[in-house]
Amino acid sequence: MPAIEANGLERTFEGGIHAVAGVDLDVAEKEIYAFLGPNGAGKTTTVRMLTTLLQPTGGSARVAGFDVVAEAANVRRSIGVALQEAALDPLMTGRELIRLQATLHGLSRQAGREKADSLLERVDLVDAADRQVGTYSGGMRRRLDLASALVHEPKVLFLDEPTTGLDPVSRRTIWEEVEQLNREGTTVFLTTQYLEEADQLADRVGIIDFGRIVAEDTPGRLKAGIGHPHLEIRLVEDVAERAREVVAGFGKPRPSKDGAVLVELEGGAGGVAPVVRALDDAGLAVESLDLVEPTLDDVFLEKTGHHLEPEEPEAGESE
Amino acid sequence: MTRTDLRVVAALGARSVKQTFRRPQLLAPIVVFPSILLAIQTAGAGQAVNLPEFPPVNSFLDFMLAGAMIQATLLAGNSGGIALAVDIEMGFTDRLLAAPISRFGMVLGRLAGTGVLSLLAGIWFIVVGLIFGAQINDGVPGVIVMLLLVTLSGLAFGGIGAAVALRTGRASVVQGLFPLVFVILFLSSAFFPQDLLTGPAATIAQYNPLSFIVEGIRDPVISSLTWEVFGKAIASLALVGAIGIGLSALALRRRLRAGG
Repeated sequence: MPAIEANGLERTFEGGIHAVAGVDLDVAEKEIYAFLGPNGAGKTTTVRMLTTLLQPTGGSARVAGFDVVAEAANVRRSIGVALQEAALDPLMTGRELIRLQATLHGLSRQAGREKADSLLERVDLVDAADRQVGTYSGGMRRRLDLASALVHEPKVLFLDEPTTGLDPVSRRTIWEEVEQLNREGTTVFLTTQYLEEADQLADRVGIIDFGRIVAEDTPGRLKAGIGHPHLEIRLVEDVAERAREVVAGFGKPRPSKDGAVLVELEGGAGGVAPVVRALDDAGLAVESLDLVEPTLDDVFLEKTGHHLEPEEPEAGESE
Repeated sequence: MTRTDLRVVAALGARSVKQTFRRPQLLAPIVVFPSILLAIQTAGAGQAVNLPEFPPVNSFLDFMLAGAMIQATLLAGNSGGIALAVDIEMGFTDRLLAAPISRFGMVLGRLAGTGVLSLLAGIWFIVVGLIFGAQINDGVPGVIVMLLLVTLSGLAFGGIGAAVALRTGRASVVQGLFPLVFVILFLSSAFFPQDLLTGPAATIAQYNPLSFIVEGIRDPVISSLTWEVFGKAIASLALVGAIGIGLSALALRRRLRAGG
């Protein structure tokens, strides 16, 4: 039995906005599945439907074997949810929040106390357990949110952009925890706009754009499907247009990214030297050259025609 | 309602009370503002007791205690609505809605908290009143009736605040009801004897459910509570409560359909 199954799942909002326009999913038990897409692609709306917070306007979905509409209460008993932006009450302490979550899931007072102690230890928040959440850093809030989603040992865990806005160190801490949970047998469905997150964590990635899944496979197979590496050329002067004309003969050009000129090289590293010579002959001074192996961003570009460019947080922003 | 649901309501009520004590802007309207108004009115308008047709009282403070209490419960209901709207704005209600609990339990938990806060406000005003010389004619049984009515008032008015919060999802809108609370108060017998009101104010006060609730709280202090006055107070509370809880249920259903 799949842990998550969706057939033609749709959600249309007032005004005819199709936030999710027919999503099919088949996530196996104990799998980490990443939903990758930019803001507004339909990731959160899909998660809200799968977690029974929003009713679909079309199609159907089952989570842990239960229909998300007809058996919503059973779905809620089987899942853990950590939503975007860590919706935590800043006036509660970390310990109070986990105990409340335990009560919401029917644990006894004693069991809730023990669970709070063990989960706070698990996410390394013992020292901050009795401080109000409003004093926590972004990374601590996410860890607390994750811990609170685990009080009832859910079969399926939904994480909606669990690391958005976190610095790299906090992000890695969350990844390690997610991997550990998965090793313990939890199915994880996460949404992300970070390529690296999907690449590192997920067994399979679904790329979503404008409410539809445009590609789905393991990260390795998705990247292999793209085939060729590309050359990223940065020039000393603002002569990108001329450079594009020069390199056009060496491979398929790609849309510019951050001012760099991009061209696919079928021959890989062997094709770099002729490009450099051609640029030199044309009198264009090169600042830097990078031969980039295919990434999930390339897959995204190939499938959607545009790059996936999430906003990166400033270093140290969160912790 | 299952035992688990009751535990959830109690836990959410406890959270609501703690939240109010930790956020001064929620506590101030319940205790500080009514206390200040009570002090100003009793200090500045004490001679009102000499007006013809003013009911016989030991002191103006005796008369005003019920008004202060009902003001506190109205503002507790409003503050509870604001806190619920803040929960919606910051997504905390999603946490509750994603849990396997009765979804209306979320509202009942908030109302339970408002009821407890109203009870505490009632105790506060009785203690303050006694310290400053108020005399409660019906003694301990009168105090018990007063606290019962004050607690039920908190639940009833909290339902209205919750309905507005659920309907709009915006704390600023619920906060906008603040002036309306005073209009409703002044168009009742909370601060003036009904016999001294004139014109449209007298007519509105005559039918304002708040007047019946205030009389139910006031009578044990200044005279002796009768079953008729008590019955009218309970009936008025049942009416306001039914409207508040009914509107809350409708607003919650609409919000869930729209997606939280």
